[in-house]
Amino acid sequence: MIWNPERETMSRSELEALQLELLREQVAWAYENVPFYRQAFRARGLVPKDIRSLEDLQKIPFTRKSDFRDNYPFGLLAVPRREVIRIHASSGTTGKPTVVAYTREDLETWKEVCARNLVAAGITDEDTVQIAMGYGLFTGGLGWHYAAEHIGAAVVPTSSGHTKRQIMLIQDFETTVFCCTPSYAIYLAEQAEEMGVDLRETKLRIGIHGAEPWSEGMRKEIARRLGVDPIDTYGLSEVMGPGVSGECTYHSGLHINEDHFLVEIIDPQTEEPLPYGEQGELVITTLTKKALPLLRYRTGDITRLDPAPCACGRTMMRMERVSGRTDDMLIVRGVNVFPSQIETVLLQVEGVQPHYVIIVDRERGALDDLEIWVEVSEDIFSDDIGRLRDLQRQAEFEIREMLGISARVKLVEPHSIERSMGKSKRVIDRRDVY
Amino acid sequence: MRVKQLSAFLENRPGRLLYLLNILAEAGINLIAHNIVDASDFGIVHLLVDEPEKALQVIRDAGLVCSLTEVLQVAIPDEPGAFVKRVLEPLAKAGVNIEYSYAYSAPSSKEARIVLKVDDLELGERTLQGALGGDAIEG
Repeated sequence: MIWNPERETMSRSELEALQLELLREQVAWAYENVPFYRQAFRARGLVPKDIRSLEDLQKIPFTRKSDFRDNYPFGLLAVPRREVIRIHASSGTTGKPTVVAYTREDLETWKEVCARNLVAAGITDEDTVQIAMGYGLFTGGLGWHYAAEHIGAAVVPTSSGHTKRQIMLIQDFETTVFCCTPSYAIYLAEQAEEMGVDLRETKLRIGIHGAEPWSEGMRKEIARRLGVDPIDTYGLSEVMGPGVSGECTYHSGLHINEDHFLVEIIDPQTEEPLPYGEQGELVITTLTKKALPLLRYRTGDITRLDPAPCACGRTMMRMERVSGRTDDMLIVRGVNVFPSQIETVLLQVEGVQPHYVIIVDRERGALDDLEIWVEVSEDIFSDDIGRLRDLQRQAEFEIREMLGISARVKLVEPHSIERSMGKSKRVIDRRDVY
Repeated sequence: MRVKQLSAFLENRPGRLLYLLNILAEAGINLIAHNIVDASDFGIVHLLVDEPEKALQVIRDAGLVCSLTEVLQVAIPDEPGAFVKRVLEPLAKAGVNIEYSYAYSAPSSKEARIVLKVDDLELGERTLQGALGGDAIEG
């Protein structure tokens, strides 16, 4: 089934005509209402009416994650605060979060695009959808929540965690769709097996996954151990949250909701656009957003595009599963982690800039494990082991306060990081997900 | 009574203590006593050696983190109750807190030697001089 056949099966020429119309409106909206964009346009001698074709998009300067930090909290808003009815946030590159806001119309759009993804995944109003993505500032929980209600499914808003209870409710409520990060799906399977529950014998049939990197191997493992068809979805809070794109049951890429999100692939170094099929950084321009229009947003995600129609009947272009990042951002248990954030905490706690390395690992059937190795220098060394332990615990506490996830801080001998990891590596990602 | 003790940071895994003590052995430094305090993944090794300043240098040169700390060293008779009566009771009465302590036997003698890291070095030293008199040894 297709949720919005009129839009989702449009011919490419019709779609491009619609995109151009919406792009011109969105550019004018951003220019007129956001000083940041007005200045960026003026600096290039550009005015909205210079955008006459979809190719003209390339004249527009990029927007970056750092622009959110520089305009924290509401500098990028295009509407007065009274029109904002929801605010979400994700972690930023330093201490301040990345803030996103929605008008009533934005929330309607969000619900629509997420509903399309859920229907493309094979979900109907007969389904019971248990949402184990975090509710709260994170967009994952509430994004899927309203969309699942919108298509008439029964929503079980469990949020993340409480794994034993999740398993009990899957059994008792006869949950058919489980929505969570891929690593949590594996963890769920592990816990269920420990409890003597075979998830394959429950009513579960579809897994909605996203918010963190995963591999084909993990997809197969989730399918095998949960007895579900695992569906990949993609989104990011700056642009909307979940709902940017999602797989259909043919698993041949993630259909992008192109009537709301105009996509390009660029070479992250030269910043030049790349043709379809080439791998590069995904750049998104929102077409219909009111509170937070974004022009040429650098997602940092590496993928490629395929505009050919899909066997499912949808004409919306497909993107490949994200295969990496252009920057050093890590996604750990669905949370964005920048090394610069960890560095800020360590500097604060230790009083000096320590040598450190961030290690992310994913043991079989477990959640992502974040470990930070800090070299003990003469500056922080104390003959009193209690003081060293306090440093360790305080750093762990501050990291949890800042990121919302726990990390283990390990004190190591000087030069040991360079010895075992090689020079100047700040992040070791041992998860086999890309 | 005051002696300089070395404190070195080591990761808690096989071969690290060997690595540290080998540095001293190769530099011809004699180890008098040692003690390890560990916190699961790391530890601090306390060392009494015959040439503390030289030891500090060679350990640092080998790339380890090390510092010198002043501690108290006393000799007491190797007999029941000596530690309690001569060291612990006087320090407790004077309000001196012991952060850590370890003991070793002096070669060919009937005394035990105790190393004490205390929070108040001056007071600790005065207290023990009073309590031990001539038994207190020079470091």
